[in-house]
Amino acid sequence: MPTLIETTALRKTFGTTVAVDGLTLAVGQGEVFGFLGPNGAGKTTTVKMLVGLVHPTAGDALVLGRRPGDPAVMGRIGFLPEHFRFPPWLTAADFLDVHSRLYGLPARERQTRISELLGRVGLADRARSRLGEFSKGMLQRVGLAQALLNDPALVFLDEPTSGLDPVGRHEVRDLIRELRAAGVTVFLNSHFLSEVEVTCDRVAIVKRGQVVRSGALDELTRVGLEVEIRAAGLTPELIAGLAQWGAVGEVQTVDHRPPTTSHDPLPGAPQSEIAIRDSQFADAVTRLTLSVASEEVIPAAAQWLVAGGAQLYSLAPRRLSLEELFMRVMAE
Amino acid sequence: MNIWNIARLAFLEARQRKLLWAVVLLGLAFLAVFGTGVYFMWRDVSQMSRGLARALEPINFFLLAGLYGVDFLVVMLAVLTSVDAIAGEITSGTIQTIATKPLRRWEIVIGKWLGLAAMLTVFAAVMSAALMAIVWAITGYTPRNPLSGVALIVLEGLIMLTLSILGGTRLSTLTNGVVVFMVWGLAFIAGWIEQIGAVLRNEAAVNVGIVVSLLAPSEAMWKRAAYLMQPSFLRELGLDATPFGAATAPSEAMVVYALLYTAVTLGVAVYWFQRRDL
Repeated sequence: MPTLIETTALRKTFGTTVAVDGLTLAVGQGEVFGFLGPNGAGKTTTVKMLVGLVHPTAGDALVLGRRPGDPAVMGRIGFLPEHFRFPPWLTAADFLDVHSRLYGLPARERQTRISELLGRVGLADRARSRLGEFSKGMLQRVGLAQALLNDPALVFLDEPTSGLDPVGRHEVRDLIRELRAAGVTVFLNSHFLSEVEVTCDRVAIVKRGQVVRSGALDELTRVGLEVEIRAAGLTPELIAGLAQWGAVGEVQTVDHRPPTTSHDPLPGAPQSEIAIRDSQFADAVTRLTLSVASEEVIPAAAQWLVAGGAQLYSLAPRRLSLEELFMRVMAE
Repeated sequence: MNIWNIARLAFLEARQRKLLWAVVLLGLAFLAVFGTGVYFMWRDVSQMSRGLARALEPINFFLLAGLYGVDFLVVMLAVLTSVDAIAGEITSGTIQTIATKPLRRWEIVIGKWLGLAAMLTVFAAVMSAALMAIVWAITGYTPRNPLSGVALIVLEGLIMLTLSILGGTRLSTLTNGVVVFMVWGLAFIAGWIEQIGAVLRNEAAVNVGIVVSLLAPSEAMWKRAAYLMQPSFLRELGLDATPFGAATAPSEAMVVYALLYTAVTLGVAVYWFQRRDL
């Protein structure tokens, strides 16, 4: 997989403020790469350095194998800035025409490309309206169309769903999926974690200008080797016996019926109360976590439970939601 | 190629924002007022002086007053159309989608400059030609060196345009506008000190004027334009130090200096714009 973006110890300071502090990352072709971090973590500055708007104080960046800002590179990338105001006196079609001229698209191609993209972002009927009359969400769509005019190999989207309603957000997610299906590499800056969770292959979490976590999304959200067990008929002896394979934590009696996926308590509901109420039932289903040293012990632990008379409903490696991971990283 | 796209965008903006219409309509109003004034003045003057030769002084005065009005409008337009051209687009973020297209940053600066300079040149040339045509149609008078005169008025506009483009790469729109107009004001007053110094034969005053003119050679271009266009006998009679005429003219060297000044200023604007973060 060729690397499309590569930065080495990229650094940017504004006066005494360090915006980006030794950022090293690589993004491969065809990836949807999520760049996460709280406000002020240096996400936008990083993107601006990658598209040649901001000059790094130190370090190196290569985009499509060349220096950011090189016209040969810029012809193959698309960019949706975070804060922008498009000229309010231009119509949507004229705005896209101006930008497709800057991409050097020939006249005939411009027409078809512009109407195709306006349709794709749901603005086909507003082509002749001035941008000054557009809502924030519509401007965001025009911005997205603008970023795709040249059929780019790499697209930078800086907070593409800010200002969009849930329907608009959903459409942007679909658009990102379409781009991935078409083999386009996407660099997505976002603090909407749910959006990153469903669209991105790989993420990097930045904090105070530095990458503090990066990797494939499933790797990052898999916490060590933690196994979640749901079973009924667990005696204290059985639970104590699990200690021979690892550390037992978080024992909760959740229900006397077999759990279903939709049966988890609502977020924020007092779980302890449920546990106390349900613990009267002898065949209550217990949920517990087991931190194991290695994956190889899992079958033996399962066998121990079954042999001891427990009804094993599920045994699964536990995953963090991206939000949990993010909050954990921010608290570090 | 991209220079033309950027220049075209500047023109498109002026058209879409109805700036072009405003300028055309008010320009016509200016010409109408001027023409009416010349018509009535000429009726009186031609009766009193019976002949073009003796009426030259008031006609020349009136034509130069009109051209000075055009010159002032050119300076205003140069600054007002360009003061926000770069600073405003940086503030609003409009520049971000433009500067990330496959073009070099100098193409943005030069493109904007060309688009605005072309509109300014057309405005200055059409207005000056129309004024001269009105005076010629009513009185039969044409000034000396009309082409050089108009060219110098255009050059003054370009000097102010370039200064304002330069300021826009570093300053906010408001600060840029204030700075550019103050520089123009400085050059204006320096031009007067030089004129009065010349009439009083005070070399120190002349030198102060010249030095300040080097900082901003805008007013000097008008002084030379007026000097070139007014009838030469006025100078011989010592009648040339009028508010719109010129008792001494900045030399040709000053014109060469002004051209270099404009080129270097534009170069610095490109350099500053290339270096800054957007």
